[in-house]
Amino acid sequence: MRRLLLIAIPYAWLVALFLVPFLIVVKISLSDVQLSIPPYTPTLEFSAGWTGIRDFFSQLDFENFVFLTEDSLYWKAYLSSLQIALVSTALTLMVGYPIALAMANAEQAWRPTLMMLVILPFWTSFLIRVYAWMGILSTEGFLNQFLLWTGVISEPLTILNTRVAVYIGIVYTYLPFMILPIYATLEKLDVSLLEAAEDLGCTRRQAFWLVTAPLSKPGVIAGCFLVFIPAIGEFVIPSLLGGSQTLMIGKVLWEEFFSNRDWPVASAVAVVLLLILVIPIILFQRNEQRQREAEQ
Amino acid sequence: MPDPKPSAQPVEFAPWVDPKAAPLISFRGVTKRFGDFTAIDNLYLDIFQREFFALLGPSGCGKTTLMRMLAGFENATEGTILLEGQNIGAVPPNKRAVNMMFQSYALFPHLTVWDNIAFGLKRSDMPKDQIPARVEDMLRLVQMQKFAKRKPHQISGGQRQRVALARSLAKAPKLLLLDEPLGALDKKLREETQFELMEIQEKTGTTFVIVTHDQEEAMTVASRIAVMDHGKLIQVDTPPVIYEAPKSVYVADFLGDVTVIEGRANRVGDIYEVSWAEGQPPLRCASPLTLAPDQSCFVAVRPEKVEIHADRPEDENVLQGKIVDIGYLGNLSTYHVQLANGQIIKAQNFNTERDTRRRFTWEEDVWVNWTVRCAILLER
Amino acid sequence: MKRFSFFSAVSLTLGFAFLYVPMLILIIFSFNESKLVTVWAGFSTKWYVSLLHNEAFLDAAWVTLRVAVFSSTIATVLGTMAAYVLVRQGRFAGRTLFSGMIYAPLVMPEVITGLSLLLLFIAVGVDRGIFTIVLAHTTFSMCYVSVVVSSRLATFDRSVEEAALDLGAEPFDAFRSVTLPIIAPAVISGWLLAFTLSLDDLVIASFTAGPSSTTLPIKIFSSVRLGVSPEINALSTLMIGIVTVGVISVSIMTKRSATRQARDERAAIQG
Repeated sequence: MRRLLLIAIPYAWLVALFLVPFLIVVKISLSDVQLSIPPYTPTLEFSAGWTGIRDFFSQLDFENFVFLTEDSLYWKAYLSSLQIALVSTALTLMVGYPIALAMANAEQAWRPTLMMLVILPFWTSFLIRVYAWMGILSTEGFLNQFLLWTGVISEPLTILNTRVAVYIGIVYTYLPFMILPIYATLEKLDVSLLEAAEDLGCTRRQAFWLVTAPLSKPGVIAGCFLVFIPAIGEFVIPSLLGGSQTLMIGKVLWEEFFSNRDWPVASAVAVVLLLILVIPIILFQRNEQRQREAEQ
Repeated sequence: MPDPKPSAQPVEFAPWVDPKAAPLISFRGVTKRFGDFTAIDNLYLDIFQREFFALLGPSGCGKTTLMRMLAGFENATEGTILLEGQNIGAVPPNKRAVNMMFQSYALFPHLTVWDNIAFGLKRSDMPKDQIPARVEDMLRLVQMQKFAKRKPHQISGGQRQRVALARSLAKAPKLLLLDEPLGALDKKLREETQFELMEIQEKTGTTFVIVTHDQEEAMTVASRIAVMDHGKLIQVDTPPVIYEAPKSVYVADFLGDVTVIEGRANRVGDIYEVSWAEGQPPLRCASPLTLAPDQSCFVAVRPEKVEIHADRPEDENVLQGKIVDIGYLGNLSTYHVQLANGQIIKAQNFNTERDTRRRFTWEEDVWVNWTVRCAILLER
Repeated sequence: MKRFSFFSAVSLTLGFAFLYVPMLILIIFSFNESKLVTVWAGFSTKWYVSLLHNEAFLDAAWVTLRVAVFSSTIATVLGTMAAYVLVRQGRFAGRTLFSGMIYAPLVMPEVITGLSLLLLFIAVGVDRGIFTIVLAHTTFSMCYVSVVVSSRLATFDRSVEEAALDLGAEPFDAFRSVTLPIIAPAVISGWLLAFTLSLDDLVIASFTAGPSSTTLPIKIFSSVRLGVSPEINALSTLMIGIVTVGVISVSIMTKRSATRQARDERAAIQG
């Protein structure tokens, strides 16, 4: 009895507040927009009995999805989300790997402190961290002031409200997610493997490319997915740093819902976004699984 | 025409007693400190070509540091290390003609057995087309031809050990370092592998330096053993000498079982008599040492040298006691005989007969004795 | 042998500069006299004063705090239960769906989670307010709690629990008196994680909040959209300060207890 209750309570919670809402999204994505409350049709009328249910299903269609393919705004937004996520994942890897490597090579006594320094920004508000860059990247911001002062540039650069700002924002906010899994694999790496490589004639650099790099691959893959997956659906960064020209699907969904009040299209956008995410999520799960098996 | 080649192993292989022999490795006053901890303390040591040299000692005695300095992973704080007369202090590990077999084996998990063995060859000046043949040779040497395509996690612990050995021998190093090479294997496999190691060492003619804390392993494989403690060499000798003629209580106790009795020695003729307890006869000992009259000393007796009797034997060094403990090991039994003054003497008897009733039993009054030549007299 | 090279030192320095300089600039300019956030005009704490008189911010902060306390507490209870079910209860009908529902919210884009919950609340006809935000936050943060707790549950020696049962404890009693104290650190960090996630959340709260229940992130976001303001800098500085003090003191406490344990163990060995 107790066991049943133990399982049933969290189970019911998740069904009611995760599964059901998700099904509602799918359902509304198949409905038509209407100027009423709720602003979509059909609504399920149980009072009408069997015919009500049949009417309900007969009115569902893929119209909204067809609409998504017809309006270039949507597929451009999907493409640019994918592209921004890919580029910023690659950038995050390039910034994060050397940091993770340096942490793993640091003295044992220093590592907890370094770890904390990496995690600390993660605990501070995401919004604030993105906001911090607004003052840095603007035309009269610190970066431009600094570059003008050093004489690298003579005219201030426009960085805020461009894709570059979005890249910087994503790299900055998701850096801990890249560093931590890579650091975890590097820290577990048996130092004697590197010594063996050197003993067998490798230089330090060769030992890195022949031993460290291939063996840290699971961490790199995990880190990349941890950045890539949330970056695709990112909303705050493009809306604060990206300006109006930077299209990202999370922003489109938000505007479709709040500004245009087109719930069926917003839901369809959400469903397609999830379908896009399924592939990287499955790949990520498989990578995690393989790593767990390798550890056993 | 007679074969001019000398036999693989000379009858008497003992270059360390030959004053003309040039050592392969030579430690000259080597000290290694980590912070204020001294791992190696002003150490002098020569190791000769074709030796199977064992560094033996408890953990933290400095034996691993010594080995890592040979491999090039640590630099000496003071002193020099010579390889064939050349100071190798400044030579990085990847440029040394020294290879190491790691305790964890350190096989590259992402490479096959074949690629692991070829790893060092690819980074040597060996022409590319000769590498496959060399790898095959090494695979044959350790009998791993069938497993060339496997990854390290797909083979057993014993097989990994062989691959690690093959990989470190592939570049034909002048010196091979083995860090606890058999530590991860179970007892039976370890014993088999010890003989294989000796065979491979003889076949390849490589000089081996092995680090171990297992005294039986050192005794089995080594041409000479160096017993280390606190960064110093306590004694360097062949296994029989180190066992039968240890120079200190520490060495006697570290290798094999021993009963140690403290007393005061006095010379009587060509024999020392050690008086050690009220009411007990003095112990008679033959020794090459020269001790001052009444000098404090130790008598060390190995259990297998002690005979145990039901009746008083007509012999020297006879003591009476009572059996307080029996350890039955199958091939032999160890008896702990307690004397009237509380001293325990360990005696070992071979169980040469299949008699389930033991010859002696608990609480039995017995006599133990050993001959004058069997006890070792030690100053410290 | 040292592996920490010059290259390592440079990448650590640059890396941490990248992570911390933006926040430092933010903090410094919260004390700026001028309203222009990019030009230094002298030290002043006037933005903190004006923040303290800003009713809208204070209200939003109060809403956020209440939401975070409630949702993280409920999420910790539910998440610990879920973790226990996943790790200890073996197979049951619908286990795959259950573990799927635990892990899916972790990778679900916030916009979708927010949208779906809002559509649910409208379909059921619940008035949006603090209650709906708590429900929403509880749902996604219980998944984080359950991941944290289940990784601890999976690694600890199960025979301790079995010993409790062997000595006559009822299963619930064994959980309360043996399992819970052992996993307590994970449960606490789960609560902290849930708490910060809730404090931090903008997107899901925007979807599920009603007009009278604006949270602090929503308030910040709407004013930040209009541009940088020193008042927001002051608010950010306060938030960064609180979090930093919190994280550092928690980590010092865990380190202390770890050192104490190590010292006790050493003392015990030396007898």
